[in-house]
Amino acid sequence: MTGIQETGMPAAAPQVTGGELPEASASRAEVCIVACAEAWRGDGEIAASPMGLIPTAGARLARATFEPDLLLSDGEARFVTGTWALGEPAPGPAEGWIPFRAVFDLAWHGSRHVMMSPAQIDRYGNANISAIGDYTRPLRQLLGVRGAPGNTTNHPTSYWVRRHIPRVFVPRVDMVSGVGYDSAAAAGTVACQFLDLRRVVTDLAVLDFDGPDHSMRLVSVHPGVAVDDVVASTGFELAIDGDVPQTRLPTAAELALIRHVIDPAGFCDRELRG
Amino acid sequence: MTEDDVVARLRSGMTIGIGGWGSRRKPMSLIRAILRSDLRDLTVVSYGGPDVGLLCAAGKIRRLVFGFVSLDSIPLEPHFQAARQRGAIEVTEYDEGMLQWALYAAACRLPFLPTRSGIGSDVLSVNPELRTVRSPYDDTELVAVPALPLDAALVHLNRADAAGNAQFLGDDLYFDELFCTAAEHAYVSCERIVPTAELEAGGLTRLRVHRWMVAGIVEAPNGAHFTSCAPDYGRDEAFQQRYASAARDPEQWARFVATYLSGDEAAYQAAVAAQRAEVPA
Repeated sequence: MTGIQETGMPAAAPQVTGGELPEASASRAEVCIVACAEAWRGDGEIAASPMGLIPTAGARLARATFEPDLLLSDGEARFVTGTWALGEPAPGPAEGWIPFRAVFDLAWHGSRHVMMSPAQIDRYGNANISAIGDYTRPLRQLLGVRGAPGNTTNHPTSYWVRRHIPRVFVPRVDMVSGVGYDSAAAAGTVACQFLDLRRVVTDLAVLDFDGPDHSMRLVSVHPGVAVDDVVASTGFELAIDGDVPQTRLPTAAELALIRHVIDPAGFCDRELRG
Repeated sequence: MTEDDVVARLRSGMTIGIGGWGSRRKPMSLIRAILRSDLRDLTVVSYGGPDVGLLCAAGKIRRLVFGFVSLDSIPLEPHFQAARQRGAIEVTEYDEGMLQWALYAAACRLPFLPTRSGIGSDVLSVNPELRTVRSPYDDTELVAVPALPLDAALVHLNRADAAGNAQFLGDDLYFDELFCTAAEHAYVSCERIVPTAELEAGGLTRLRVHRWMVAGIVEAPNGAHFTSCAPDYGRDEAFQQRYASAARDPEQWARFVATYLSGDEAAYQAAVAAQRAEVPA
């Protein structure tokens, strides 16, 4: 049911003062936060499940601005209202109890849009968070597939990649954890039924899967990034339709929210520099 | 019972489920008792954290059934990574929800439960024994997650009575009662054993592990250390940090074992307390 919750804007929204042009001063991290927030645009009353700092900032920004009905968790077992800072406990109030098994129920119901961070992702959106190299004896063991197989076949999924490099954007991932369009097509109807890979946000660009046969397409490049930089950083052929626009810049209100409410400590800037 | 009494009832080669989630409310004192035992060749089933790491380091695991292994605040578990990268353990890797279904099927005495989770992913290719099933109603083809019956389950809760009724006081039960009901014998460690009359005050809806599920109960104060056991205590992040760095270096690990894991549970708790007194947080 919509309309119960406040939009999450703080009572006195901080104002950006003076004659500066905030758009021109947006950092790369801030551009990425907004690009992540855009992933949830139009989602309405579903749970946004961001993994990682910049997606988390993006989800909070989306709810505080253009997507007020999103549900957000405190990272433990509560749905909480309001907008709060990264690294700080959610002040609440709580609006729901979501222990892990309720998160599974939510995923299977489809009322969720997750943003995960893969170690590898390929042309058709297969994503790997499990293991790099030969599966029986990996070069590098990662987390395991976690909920990625079920997430991708049950509800919308987006991805955040902190470093857009060929080692991440590979021709074929080593272990399909998140299901891509070609794998789903090969597996049949059920795998495709709810598969909905929305966008990939990286430190360089925004991509989606609207290329031929649901292949990865370059949607926009961040300010200061050339299309050739993205092409050279991607280990497979990207679909590119004509002139590629620049990623939308944060508005003054968005910058104020990011800087004063969501990430006053500057974690996101440090994450992209680090 | 004591931790060692529980371990005396376990056998090499058993399939053992471990409750908790990542580095949260793990039955660590029971795990430490397994480390002291001569048990081996275990099939361990876990939403894994340092329980899996420690058992890997001690060479206790033949096969791991898992959806992930993580220390939460430290994403990757170093001992688990090392064991996988040496090819030292066999694995059955499931989607997290598939693992729940496998336990739930066992708990309901069903041969399998259907799901669309896993279809299209390499979970099906690396587990070729998994079968699909066609719905008799609409021809939908789903993964038939086979029941995963456990020989024993080990879980840690906040409170319990002497009969085995147990209660979680934090925000999440995780899948602890499911581990218990999927198991032939479930053993519960808890922070404090209290009179039955005191349990309801902690919240009736939190009283989710019942004595019919439980074969034995162990009072283990600080028994989940260094994982979290909210609200009794949070994760000992400094200690976990020390564990993880030690795990990445054989010499440091030998020192860690000598300091913390060479004695019984009382010695472990004393060493933790001594270390805390030395380095004030």
